[in-house]
Amino acid sequence: MSMNRRDFLKLGAASVAGAGVSGNAGAVMREPLSLPPEAVGMLYDSTLCIGCKACMSACKQANGLPPQPEGEDEPMWDSPVETTGDTYNVIKVYIDGDAAQKDREENGFAFMKRHCLHCVDPSCISACPVSAMIKDPQTGVVSYNADSCIGCRYCIAGCPFGIPKYQFDDPLGAIGKCSFCSHLQAKGLTPACCDVCPTGASLFGTVEDLKKEAHRRLEATPGDNYVFPRGNLSEDRPPHEGAIPLYEQHVYGEKELGGTQVMYMSAVPFEKLGLPVNVPEYGYPAITEGIQHMLYQWMVAPIAVLAGLVYVVKRNTSGKSGGEHSSGEAES
Amino acid sequence: MSEFQPVSGKLLTKPFVFLSLLVMLAFAILGARFLFGLGAVTNLNDGYPWGIWVVIDVMIGTAFGCAGYAVALMVYVLNKGEYHPLVRSAVLAGLFGYTLGGMAVIFDLGRYWQFYTLLMPGYINLNSAMLEVALCVMAYVVVLWIEFSPAFLERLGLKDLNRKLGKLLFFIVALGVLLPTMHQSSLGTLATVFGHRLEPLWQTQLLPLLFLLSALLMGFAIVPFESLLASFGFARRSETPLLARLAGAFTILLGVYLVIRFGDIIVRGALGDAFALNTFAVAFWLENILFIAPFVVLLKKENRYNQRILFASATSLLLAGSIYRLNTYIVGFHPAVEGWSYFPSAAEIMVTVGIFSLEVVLYLIVVKKLPVLPRAEAA
Repeated sequence: MSMNRRDFLKLGAASVAGAGVSGNAGAVMREPLSLPPEAVGMLYDSTLCIGCKACMSACKQANGLPPQPEGEDEPMWDSPVETTGDTYNVIKVYIDGDAAQKDREENGFAFMKRHCLHCVDPSCISACPVSAMIKDPQTGVVSYNADSCIGCRYCIAGCPFGIPKYQFDDPLGAIGKCSFCSHLQAKGLTPACCDVCPTGASLFGTVEDLKKEAHRRLEATPGDNYVFPRGNLSEDRPPHEGAIPLYEQHVYGEKELGGTQVMYMSAVPFEKLGLPVNVPEYGYPAITEGIQHMLYQWMVAPIAVLAGLVYVVKRNTSGKSGGEHSSGEAES
Repeated sequence: MSEFQPVSGKLLTKPFVFLSLLVMLAFAILGARFLFGLGAVTNLNDGYPWGIWVVIDVMIGTAFGCAGYAVALMVYVLNKGEYHPLVRSAVLAGLFGYTLGGMAVIFDLGRYWQFYTLLMPGYINLNSAMLEVALCVMAYVVVLWIEFSPAFLERLGLKDLNRKLGKLLFFIVALGVLLPTMHQSSLGTLATVFGHRLEPLWQTQLLPLLFLLSALLMGFAIVPFESLLASFGFARRSETPLLARLAGAFTILLGVYLVIRFGDIIVRGALGDAFALNTFAVAFWLENILFIAPFVVLLKKENRYNQRILFASATSLLLAGSIYRLNTYIVGFHPAVEGWSYFPSAAEIMVTVGIFSLEVVLYLIVVKKLPVLPRAEAA
């Protein structure tokens, strides 16, 4: 399986020692991966989100996940503060000062939706030794296969967005993470969170279409009326109308870490929403696999080294009694 | 007569019993872990999914186990036959470090019952550094048992089998040098995917090289550490001149390591971080002073012949390599989202203590029952 996915690529300058002053000049890298042909994604527009959490409830329902009540005594309702092994999607809020106005950095607040970003070059997939994280070759959706997972948790450590989670309180725990409702998509349905979003803050579509939509919003004049599509870009649902906010002039996820199929728009800086900024435009697996491919491609180097070692060790041990690994000692 | 012999003396000493109790406590805690989940006994969380069971028991444990690797490299590859008396105890240290490290992996794996998927071609991911580590460590444990088998075979008097094995051992020894080279470096490669979430003092594409070299250094350091400890403990003469020569050799390697470690930091422009007033700088200097101190001390020839100084230097080196691993995987590591913290729970610590106690207990049994330590008259 991984053999198909594995693009054996030219390794550029294979000099480990030449890590130059300018960051990664001279780094050993495998070539970046590109967007799958029918990549689907999501555009989350923080300015449209009203924090109703309908998406959280719909996510739990669609994925058959239990509620996570706060406090042990009187569990009343689902109130996770972060994604967990049983919570694949969570709405968080950025608050500054008196939080007087929405979508303002100072003395304001803004919503943020956290779940898997379905990276173009996912660290979890590169990390997993047993292909328990799988990227659909057509849609690019990253999903999890509990049947092969050994629970090493390298995917958790490796994800730059902190998405995969493990069920630490279950003796038979598994990894939990958003799989973009691939079971619903297979039936031609819209992922639950986008499907129920009342304002179109979570919008489903092909990555190409979503990028166009995002740039249309960035190009529109702040304050002008705009017709925001809702739910699924490819469907003709009644839209949501409103004024164009003062967007940060950037679509997060177009380039970051090799690109993500879930993209973000916001009126407050993206780092305030907890997204890593000042990150390279390649995914970190390009670095890790660069090393791995250089050392292990077709196992050429290990076999050559082994052959050399066998020759040297044989030469050094033959004819010497008293060698640990010659039988001499047993006789002497 | 073999050049190796068992140590005399009774087995059930007070320290032996005490350590055995620690081992039992660890297994009781592990019982709870398997019944109630990792969260019930550890402080592991989704911000810090790897704790001391991974970093100390496996990463540091196997680096301690590199003694067999380091000495085999000296004796059979660099053809320094004079170190041959050290081979068996070094291979034994490797055998324990790796067998117990491999065992500790099972305790830590969240879905240990599916461990076999690592061996199924339909599942394995050839791009994964973790796969490389897993397969190589498994293979090396087998290699170590075969490498150590002459000690059993001698004890059992199976001379014929021993002789037959002897004819194949050159291949096993070669594998025994190749495999640790592969997975000890990959243990460093694992952290490269952390990207910006690992502090610049540790994040570099040279991680595999630095992990390999520091594992070798720790493997070398284990030899005088163990040998001197055995000579203090069993009141037997140690192999001081031999150890001193070995110390000379690994001091050169230590120098190479330090040049690469600091050269890399300077080239990447991360040196400023070492002089910042924060935890990371402190952790960095703690790690590196423990590397630099033995280098400076052991440069002087007479220090290498002083048992106490040699022992202290070896200990320092072992601590340095251990802290390097802790810094790379816990101290210098940032979870992707803020708000997480990790410090091992008492139960978690007791399991690690129990595993290292088991190592000592097994060592005591083996050296007293099998011909492992160099033949020597009681001092």
